[in-house]
Amino acid sequence: MAKIYVNGDVQEVSLPLNVSELIQQNNVQQPEMVSVQVNEEFAEREDWEQILLKEGDKVDFLYFMGGGSI
Amino acid sequence: MRVERLELRVMIDFTEEQIQRYSRHILLQDVGVEGQEKIMNARVLVVGAGGLGAPVSLYLAAAGIGRIGIVDADVVDLSNLQRQVIHFTKDVGVSKVKSAEEKIKAINPDVQVDTYYEFLDSSNALDIIKEYDFVVDGTDNFPVKFLINDACVMAGKPYSHGGILRFNGQTFTHLPGTACYRCMFKEPPPVGAVPTCSQAGVLGAIAGMLGTIQAAETLKYFTGVGELLTNRLLTFDAKTMQFRTIPVKHRDSCAICGSNPTIDHLIDYEQAACDLKRN
Repeated sequence: MAKIYVNGDVQEVSLPLNVSELIQQNNVQQPEMVSVQVNEEFAEREDWEQILLKEGDKVDFLYFMGGGSI
Repeated sequence: MRVERLELRVMIDFTEEQIQRYSRHILLQDVGVEGQEKIMNARVLVVGAGGLGAPVSLYLAAAGIGRIGIVDADVVDLSNLQRQVIHFTKDVGVSKVKSAEEKIKAINPDVQVDTYYEFLDSSNALDIIKEYDFVVDGTDNFPVKFLINDACVMAGKPYSHGGILRFNGQTFTHLPGTACYRCMFKEPPPVGAVPTCSQAGVLGAIAGMLGTIQAAETLKYFTGVGELLTNRLLTFDAKTMQFRTIPVKHRDSCAICGSNPTIDHLIDYEQAACDLKRN
């Protein structure tokens, strides 16, 4: 088990774990709507399956948020 | 010497009424007479006179922003009144820009208001934006959010991004050289993939929470007070009242603000079908 930080909160995860798997574990409803940062660097969508997370990594999910006017 | 100069400027530039009106700004050491004068010389474009544009416009008008431009092609609908606090029941059916102008003038007759009763698109964005020093994004859909971002980056204008949905809000401030919307989100989501407020709903007060943050950022920009929300995305969840600022970096590969930009013109992305009903 390893500790990583997802949106600022600590999570215990089993390694190996890639970004796509982390997204699934966090029940992100629409992964295509999320932008991901790993350790404050944006992770390209096409690289998600190749990026292996490690102890202490900080992952942020940035969600599209649209409303305001209507 | 400094005090004398300030007093002289007060006598020259401010009426008694203005000194009284803006006294709570002037009292702030970080703002003072000089800061208030900067606010009064400022020109701000508010895109969208809705949930976010309403509080933004009200606070900027009250603060004495010299010139406020408002872009919106909508008329006030009864379902807007739950959160768009610049519009009143009597305004249903009236254009949002006219309704907003009336309230701004009522709050502060000194403010010059420019109304644009039209959609912001690739044909008019740069022309409209160039008249202003700072842009506030209070729009409800991704095509226009990307348009505002791209136009502001191209024109070298600072702007405040804002988005709300259900119980959540997010905002950041862009200055030339700092992270832009495309650094964070490369392109709009597929049409219909992300719900807008009209589909998903929003707690009315959330619009006020986010809009007042945008207004505060605008005033901070002009007065030079504190640290702007640059290279940081502020998000909050009103259910838990947890606020977070996520550090974000300017992306060198960004298609609009990176070192080799691939976007050289403004793009009118397709809107979700539900948004087209506004025509």
